[in-house]
Amino acid sequence: MNHAYDVSHLLAGLMLVASFALLYQDRIFAVLNIFAAQAILLAMAVGWEAWTQQRPHLFITAALALCLKGIVIPVALHKMIVRLGVHRDVEQVVGVGKTLLLGLALTSLSLMLVLKITAAAESFTREGLALALAIILLGMLMMITRRNAVTQIVGFMSLENGLILAATGARGMPLVVEVSVAFSVLIALFVFAVFVFRIRERFDSVDVEALENVRGDTK
Amino acid sequence: MGETLTLLFGQTIQMFLVLLVAPAITGITRRTRARFMRRQGAPVIQPYRDLSKLVRKESVVAENASWLFRSAPYAILAFTWVAAALVPTFASGLMFNWAADAVALVALLGAARALLALAGMDVGTSFGGIGSSREMMIATLAEPAMLLVVLTMALSAGTTRLPEVAEFLISAPVTVRVSLGLALVALVIVALAENARIPVDNPATHLELTMVHEAMVLEYSGRHLAMIEAAAQLKLVLYISLIVCLFLPFGMAPADAGSGAWLTGIAAYLVKLAFGAVLLGVWEVSIAKMRVFRVGEFLGGAFVFAFLAILLAFLTREVLK
Amino acid sequence: MMTSVALVIGIPFVSATALVLVPGYRASAAGNVLAMFATFISGVSLLFVDAGASSYFIVDDMNILFIILNTLVGFTASVFSASYIGHEIETGKLTPLFVRFYHAMFLGMMGSMNLALTANNIGLLWVGLEIATLITVVMVGIYRTPSAIEAAWKYFILGSVGISLAFFGTILIYLAGQKALGEGASAMTWSLLQAAAPQLDASLLNLAFIFLLIGYGTKVGLAPLHAWLPDAHAEGPTPISAVLSGLLLNVALYALLRFKMIVSAHPEAIDPGPVMIVMGLISLIFAAFMLYQRRDIKRLFAYSSIEHMGLITFAFGMGGPLANFAGLLHMAMHSLTKSAIFFAVGHVAQAKDTQRIAGIRGLSVTHPGLAIGLAAGVFAISGLPPFGVFMSEFLILTTTFARAPWLAVLPAFGLLVAFGALLWRLQDLLFGEPTEPAHKVRASSVPLMIHLGLVLIAGIYLPPILVGWFERAAEMLK
Repeated sequence: MNHAYDVSHLLAGLMLVASFALLYQDRIFAVLNIFAAQAILLAMAVGWEAWTQQRPHLFITAALALCLKGIVIPVALHKMIVRLGVHRDVEQVVGVGKTLLLGLALTSLSLMLVLKITAAAESFTREGLALALAIILLGMLMMITRRNAVTQIVGFMSLENGLILAATGARGMPLVVEVSVAFSVLIALFVFAVFVFRIRERFDSVDVEALENVRGDTK
Repeated sequence: MGETLTLLFGQTIQMFLVLLVAPAITGITRRTRARFMRRQGAPVIQPYRDLSKLVRKESVVAENASWLFRSAPYAILAFTWVAAALVPTFASGLMFNWAADAVALVALLGAARALLALAGMDVGTSFGGIGSSREMMIATLAEPAMLLVVLTMALSAGTTRLPEVAEFLISAPVTVRVSLGLALVALVIVALAENARIPVDNPATHLELTMVHEAMVLEYSGRHLAMIEAAAQLKLVLYISLIVCLFLPFGMAPADAGSGAWLTGIAAYLVKLAFGAVLLGVWEVSIAKMRVFRVGEFLGGAFVFAFLAILLAFLTREVLK
Repeated sequence: MMTSVALVIGIPFVSATALVLVPGYRASAAGNVLAMFATFISGVSLLFVDAGASSYFIVDDMNILFIILNTLVGFTASVFSASYIGHEIETGKLTPLFVRFYHAMFLGMMGSMNLALTANNIGLLWVGLEIATLITVVMVGIYRTPSAIEAAWKYFILGSVGISLAFFGTILIYLAGQKALGEGASAMTWSLLQAAAPQLDASLLNLAFIFLLIGYGTKVGLAPLHAWLPDAHAEGPTPISAVLSGLLLNVALYALLRFKMIVSAHPEAIDPGPVMIVMGLISLIFAAFMLYQRRDIKRLFAYSSIEHMGLITFAFGMGGPLANFAGLLHMAMHSLTKSAIFFAVGHVAQAKDTQRIAGIRGLSVTHPGLAIGLAAGVFAISGLPPFGVFMSEFLILTTTFARAPWLAVLPAFGLLVAFGALLWRLQDLLFGEPTEPAHKVRASSVPLMIHLGLVLIAGIYLPPILVGWFERAAEMLK
């Protein structure tokens, strides 16, 4: 029993640390690597829940987190950054120091809030919910304090990691798998959108040139 | 009565043990660095030779130096020595056990640091001023982080007295706690900064733009310098002992064990110290020094880690209550 | 009951898949209209089946109104979109390939909104709204101009954050119900949660409501979470603006109301009323002042939507049978009127080749038919009698005056400010020296006339059967 708690606490705690590392990093590839690490931690946490709660269908969610967010999306974003020549530095609206302090304040707030409000609930639920809320708020903070589309997506995905953590922590909650699939679709669309929009930006000039060429030919 | 004497004896052993072993630890670190740089390097006992040489030499003091400048080195050594003697090293139940409070430790080190910074500014050279101001900047960032680490440990052990924390950790069942790991990372960062090691400061350089600690002590010579060097070496031992005591207390003789257990305790302690010194050397050769302006972010990281550690420790305590 | 619900949700989704395969835009537009008409009929058929709830779907007095309204406006918008999109293809703004997906997405969006409206499972409700959000994001960006992409991106980010927070709130509701209803699907079933409301965990319920209010409130467009709304309205195709304003905002508010019902049924939980009153008033007054600075005609009416959503939230925050009745009525009236206005605006923008208000002058000379339609719509939305909006606004204000006279000053003030702005802008649009260009457009005025006709009738005579529904739904809301 306590063993189960230790492992889930370890994984969720490390996810929180990863959230802070995301806020701290100012190089975009490092951000991607940390995000992948967080997703893998999430997969492990969900897998652990599936194992201890005897809910095998949660393994689907874990596998999804591992494959899609741990591997496919970071690799795709990495390639995209290289190919499109996106800025390698993270553009920050607020400085790192202030962001981290805000992050600490948000984390404290969410722990206090959840611990106070869920006094009657099971320990697993309280723990998962408190850390998940912190991760969600940190993800939002990252979306707010970053300009670049890629880092905003990473912020959203880490927010979503927190959501999945919360959903698996809530014992016996139905539809978790379905929702995680829905979120994955959303994220895939996100990444796809960036890809398409960026491509377009780059090809815009080419398009205009092509049009002018055509006009020149017909005249 | 006899028991009290034994405890006093043990305490005395510890006081002189840390004082005697301190230069050797610095020697080991330097030697490791040298070997990793493919240099022969000075022998491990070189710091002892340096100290004895310095003590015998005349000390040159600037004309406008005040009494503070002259007396500071002795006071600094005294503060640091007391602090180092308090940290539990090989046994936890010694005479001044009750005084080995982590908060007291931070206060003692803070006093030594304040004196050093004042002494650095005393002569009125520009280097001393730069060094002092940078030292205080580092201190304002490192001290809160250190206190938070201590509080994290205190939260799980229920006390800020280091011997009791160590005993609690020895006796408690082994659990993997993120908070402990985070606290360790934070404490290591603080230790690096406080001891003026790479990447915060470079103990082997006298380059004006980057140095912090060396800039403050630039005006010292002779026996004054010997005191300051000895204090710096003691501080390194203190931090390694602190880390070892909080995170690797195994092998330490418990309070009720007799003096026989001390021998194994001392052996374990010396091995751990040497290991820490080697690790520090390896770390220093494998990483570059960062710009002074980045130090804030680095130490801010320590603060964040320490804060997270205490939050998570709090969470665990509340949840498992 | 189940067959009708299945039809309401199934027809749009199935025909969406089918329409992807239809090449020509005429055929697919016709298919779209046909599918929406069939959905409307099956929506109406819900009137003749018994209300009831299964573990996933529910039909009661509360949502039947919304379903019928949703399918009706969806149907008329599909008629409007057929002529609108035809013009866009002729002018080359959209390629036929995009139009194929446009129709499929239109149907998908309607289907997912119907899914959200009929859901009894709060997770399913969330899924419905999420799909609808996703599809509208793609549709907002369909013109692929830089500003359209920016609007879509903004909508994407804000909408996703909102939807994520709402999901967190949903998890909290589940946890609040877990003790009373046991683990598993029952703690996510709305009707069971509502029945067991007093036994739920009060503090969890409070936290959940905050998250749901912020989350779904973003989708309703309540200030200060409204930033996506004007952009999304202005940059997307006008039929989508009409559906966004008329329906999607309503569906999000409907979701919020469902949760409000649970929270207010708990004696120890916070009273959602004051929070909603404050958010509603902020949106109302803020949007009313923002109306004066708009230069884009679609943005103007987008802010007007924020204003009306604020008023409706205020009304539900006041609570009580009369205010709830008025709030529900206003939702219906606003939905009909605002989509009618967007129908007119869409044609106006096509006739003038611009959405800038400065570029649209003297409509009464060049396009008298459109001008009359637009004027009637603006008169209706600014709350002039004899239109239905006047009725609902009048009811909201009088019931507030009766219960909290000082509080009523604020919405009255906001409405007057908005009234001034809208009429001032309308004058600019209708009169003055006509600007060039002034194309002929083949406006389909039937949807517009249906909507405004219904609003007018509702303003003059509300049939007792309708009053009965509104009253029962208002009773459920307490």
